[in-house]
Amino acid sequence: MSETGSRSGSEMWADLMRAKPAKPGEVYGVPGQGESVRVSLIVIAGLLFTWWLVTAVGLIKPLFLPSPMAVFGALVDVLRDGFTGSSFWEHTWISTARVFGAFLLACVIGIPLGIAMGMSPIARGVFDPPIEFYRPIPPLAYLPLMIIWFGIDELSKVLLIFLSVLAPMALGARAGVKSASIEQIHAAYSFGATRWQVIRMVILPSAMPEIFTAMRIGIGFGWTTLVAAEMVASTSGLGYMVLSASKFLQTPIVIMGIVIIAAIAYAFDHLVRFVERRVVPWKGRA
Amino acid sequence: MTALAIRNASVFYPVAGKPPVQALKDINLEINDQDFVVALGASGCGKSTLLNLIAGFMAPSQGEIRLGGKVVTGPGADRSVVFQKHALLPWLNVLDNVAFGLKIQGHNRKTREGIARGFIKLLGLEQFELSATYELSGGMQQRVGIARALTSDPDILLMDEPLGALDALTRERAQELILKIWRDTGKMVFFITHSVEEALFMGTKLVVMSPRPGRISHVFDLPFSRRYFEIGNARAIKASADFIELREKILQIIFTDEESASS
Repeated sequence: MSETGSRSGSEMWADLMRAKPAKPGEVYGVPGQGESVRVSLIVIAGLLFTWWLVTAVGLIKPLFLPSPMAVFGALVDVLRDGFTGSSFWEHTWISTARVFGAFLLACVIGIPLGIAMGMSPIARGVFDPPIEFYRPIPPLAYLPLMIIWFGIDELSKVLLIFLSVLAPMALGARAGVKSASIEQIHAAYSFGATRWQVIRMVILPSAMPEIFTAMRIGIGFGWTTLVAAEMVASTSGLGYMVLSASKFLQTPIVIMGIVIIAAIAYAFDHLVRFVERRVVPWKGRA
Repeated sequence: MTALAIRNASVFYPVAGKPPVQALKDINLEINDQDFVVALGASGCGKSTLLNLIAGFMAPSQGEIRLGGKVVTGPGADRSVVFQKHALLPWLNVLDNVAFGLKIQGHNRKTREGIARGFIKLLGLEQFELSATYELSGGMQQRVGIARALTSDPDILLMDEPLGALDALTRERAQELILKIWRDTGKMVFFITHSVEEALFMGTKLVVMSPRPGRISHVFDLPFSRRYFEIGNARAIKASADFIELREKILQIIFTDEESASS
C-alpha cells in the first residue's frame, strides 16, 4: 500500500511508538527529554497566523473574533484614552493590587495554617472540614454572601480572591510537611531541638518546593477569581473592563483584556519559577 | 564503669486485629567507656529498634535504658545518631550541615563554625566546606553526617548502617576512618551493620541478634580493631585465619537463625 510514497496510518503510528536510537551525550529514555521552546514559538506563531488568516479572509465576523490588528488597536486606544474614565494603567494596577494583595494575605495565613495542619492532629481536625467544604465551591456562588457580609468595596473583592488562593496554599504547605525525611527530623531532635526549632529549621525548608508549587497554583486561582470579584459594583480593573466591554459588544477590548491578564499571570509564574530555582536548587536532587 | 545500660528491655508493636508483635525481647546490654559495640543480624531482628531505643526515638514497652545512671526518656544531645541516608539538609552547605546541631544548641556563628571546621578537618572534608551536600558522593555525605554527629560532643555515637549505601571500596576506607575517629575521640559507639566482615573488623564487642522475637542470641569480644591499630593493615586482618574462622562461625549462626525463623 505504502510502497509508492505516502505511508499508511498504522505505519506512522508504529513509527511514533517505536523505541528511538540512543544519542551521544544523552541519558537514554528520560521522559520528556529535550528542548521545547522552539516548538512553543512555532505553535504561537502558527496560532497568531491562523487567527490573522481567518479574520483577514472574512471567515469569522469581527463581532465574534476581531483581527489581531483590531485587538492591538484596542490596546492602543485604551492606552491613549483610557476605558470608562480610568486609564489603562489604573485598571491594570487595581487588578494587580487586588490579586497580589489577596495572594500575599493567603501566603501569610495559608502557609502557617498548612504547616500547622501537617504538624498537629488538632489543627488538622479543626481546619480540615471548613477548608475542604468551601474549597470546591465556585467563588461566584458565594460572591453574593461576600457582598452582603463585607460590602461592595475592596474588602469583599480581596476576600473573594483570598479565599480562592487560601485553599491551595494551605493544602500545599500541609503536603509539604511530609517532605522532610524522618532521619532529618530525628537528627534535629537528637541535638536537643525543640518542636518549634524542628518546624523552623527542618520542616519548613524542606516544604519549600511544595510551597512554591502551591504558590503557582494559587496565583492561578487568584486571577481566575478576579473577573468574578470585579463583576459587582466595580468601576475599574481588568476584569471589570472585560465584562463591561462585553456588554457593549466591544470584542477587541474583551480579547485585549484577556491577553493582558494572561500576560501578567504568565510573567509572574516565570518569576516564581526563577525564585524557585534560586531558593530550592536542591529540588528533586536530595 | 557502665556508661550505657539496657535492662530487660522489650518492645511490642500493636497490630490492628491481632495480638501485638514483639520486636525486642528482654534485651540486656551494657556499653562501657571505649566500647565499640556492633549489632549484627538478619533483617527483622530488631537492630534498628534497639538503636531507636537508645537514641530515644522509641520508648521500651518494658524495661529501661540508662545513660550515665539517668533513664533515657527521649532524644538528647548526649547521644548522636549517624543515619544510613537522607539525614543531611540539602538547603545547607557542608559547613552549615556540620554546624547544624550547634546552631540548634544556640551557639553563635563564630563558635559553631570553629567547632565544625575542626570536625570537617578530622573527616577530611576541608575542600568541600562550601559544597552542596547533594553534589557529594555517598561516602562524602556519610562523612558529613559523622562530623555533624561529633560536634555535639556526645557520650555515645549511634550508627545505623552508616556504610550500608556505600560501594565496597569506599566502604572499606570508611571503616578505617570511623575506627580512627573512634580511637581519637574516645566515644562509645553502637554500630549496626548487615556485613559480618565489617562487624568483626570494627567492633570490640559483637552482639548477634536473632529475629521473631528480636533478641540477643550471642555476644563475642573482638580483638581485631585493636590489632588493626597495631599493624595498620586492614586487609591483612580480614584475611587472617582467626578472623575467617570467626566469620564463618557467625555466618553459620545467622543462617541457622534464618532457616529456623522461616520454617
